Amino acid sequence: MLTKTFVLQCPVGLHARPASILISEAEKFKSDISIKYNSKEVSLKSIIGVMTLGIKTNESFELIVQGEDEEQAMARLEIFFNEEIKDL
Amino acid sequence: MYKGIAASRGIGIGKAFVVKEKTDTTVYREKKIPDTEVDNEITRFTKAVEATDIYYDQVAEKSKDVLSESEQQVFQAYKLVLKDPIFKDMVTGSIRDELLCAEGAVIKSVELTKSMFLALNDEYMRQRADDIDNVGKQILISLTGSQSTDLSMLTEDSIIIAEDLTPADTVSMNRKFVKGFAVEKGGETSHTAIIARTMEIPALVGCGDKIRDISHGDTLIIDGQEGILIAKPTPDELKNYLEKQKQYLEELEKIKALKNEPGRTLDGKNVHLVGNIAKPEEAKEVLEKGGDGIGLFRTEFLYLNRKELPSEEDQFKAYKEVAEVMKDRPCIIRTLDIGGDKQSALINMPKEDNPFMGYRAIRICLKEKEMFKTQLRAILRASAYGNLKIMFPMISCLEELRAAKEILNEAKAELDEKNIPYNRDIQVGIMIEIPSAAMAADILAQEADFFSIGTNDLCQYTLAVDRMNENISSLYNPLNIGVLRLIKRVIDCAHEFGIMVGMCGEMASNPEYTSLLLGLGLDEFSMVPASIPHVKQAVRNTTYDDAVNLAEEILSVNESDKIKTILRGKLNAH
Repeated sequence: MLTKTFVLQCPVGLHARPASILISEAEKFKSDISIKYNSKEVSLKSIIGVMTLGIKTNESFELIVQGEDEEQAMARLEIFFNEEIKDL
Repeated sequence: MYKGIAASRGIGIGKAFVVKEKTDTTVYREKKIPDTEVDNEITRFTKAVEATDIYYDQVAEKSKDVLSESEQQVFQAYKLVLKDPIFKDMVTGSIRDELLCAEGAVIKSVELTKSMFLALNDEYMRQRADDIDNVGKQILISLTGSQSTDLSMLTEDSIIIAEDLTPADTVSMNRKFVKGFAVEKGGETSHTAIIARTMEIPALVGCGDKIRDISHGDTLIIDGQEGILIAKPTPDELKNYLEKQKQYLEELEKIKALKNEPGRTLDGKNVHLVGNIAKPEEAKEVLEKGGDGIGLFRTEFLYLNRKELPSEEDQFKAYKEVAEVMKDRPCIIRTLDIGGDKQSALINMPKEDNPFMGYRAIRICLKEKEMFKTQLRAILRASAYGNLKIMFPMISCLEELRAAKEILNEAKAELDEKNIPYNRDIQVGIMIEIPSAAMAADILAQEADFFSIGTNDLCQYTLAVDRMNENISSLYNPLNIGVLRLIKRVIDCAHEFGIMVGMCGEMASNPEYTSLLLGLGLDEFSMVPASIPHVKQAVRNTTYDDAVNLAEEILSVNESDKIKTILRGKLNAH
């Protein structure tokens, strides 16, 4: 299992567009991926779960990845949260 | 008669087409099933989800010609909600554990999910509750086999009455027969309002549930100017409105035909009518609408939604593009106006309790000197390709103007060193949007080349009113006598020192205010390109003398409420 803390860097917060893209990225891996924020954990398979966490810009959260391709999945999502999300 | 928020101009007459949820869902709400039916109900739900998924694909396909790309994305989000595992677990859980029928389980799960969104302290997220509702309704339609009211089946001139319209509704409707919308929900920027303006048909939004009294087939008149809806009009009312509609349509044709005519009063005074733009590609639109130049080129787009600060080269390209499109027509470029409601991840802006009165615009630029100078060098370089001017936002006193000009001089010296050409006499003006600047306009006019009055902020600061606050938004009134006196003072001071004064706030784009502002002496009106023909029409309908008299009359009125009545009276007299 891999865990890592990120800071939400998209300017508007985790709105429908960044959330949709995040979910379609997570779907590409076999691992179970979830986000933990304010001691609440939700699966990245659920857009409702991810959006209703209500993470705001500049707040930090934890990403938890578990499964056979966990390293690739974490590497991919690191790029998403550290780089790509800034343009969404 | 019903009232609503006037969201799109025009007058429409037609039969009421009432969009109703055909299924009365209340019967399903508590309907229980025997436990032998559980699997069957779950299968019904799964099939309904599949059918809805296909339905959204079809609608998305159809929408390609009518909706913008970002509006089309709505359907992708709907599809994700539709297949969401949390939602699915809620529904199947309710069927299995509470023995609710599939419809009842969907209704309950939609309500639960909506409450999760409504609980968030974020207006955007709260509005997503409506999306969940839309998806739920569509699943119910599949489950119950009822057709959603099909707006493609319209056969006569119709006014659509609905709780709200979904993108799916607006895509499928037969536009030939749609003469207006009146909906219970929504505000000026809701989907329904935007679609109506794009289609150029009248619309009322936020009418409330009173309009449920209207029956399918009732004759209706919708007035998108006054924000009223008349059901079953008397023959006199109908005759009256047919005449009004004819006038409106003739007016619209005339206005569109004004494109190549000058903005000149009946007695020959020329007025500059120019556009506000936020991206280089919008410059063409200003020309298409018959604008004389650009009164406000917002540069924030360069700084938002990107990973690093824009380079001098990137900025130069953007400014040069506009300069070349506009040729010798003037174009005022406003330096970075970030902060307030516009945040950028690139600039260190601490969270503030009161961002409109905080670290923003020129205040940031004077501190982030290198960033500011990069922008100024880019503008200077582009000034070799057209008629560019520089404008500083949020100036509150002379010291700030001097400090900004000092940095501009440094930028000029750097270009000189490298022998890079630029317009040495480039004009430098300021926004007047802070009351202290308006009061000190006589001082500022001696060191600025032009003024542009930003009425949105000037009103909010002068009246101490946040117009987004619904409880007090009625106090937000650009016709408040205090605001008008400030505007007059700014114009008078500018003219005393021989500089041009324009206005780039929303007030400049409203033809109701045109003759008043003209009479106060405003030289330039800057507005969204679509408003240019309407304001031009207003300019061409008055004489400068009449406008001056009107302004004098209005400035002698004590109560702000009466001012609106006087303006309306003048307008109708024409």
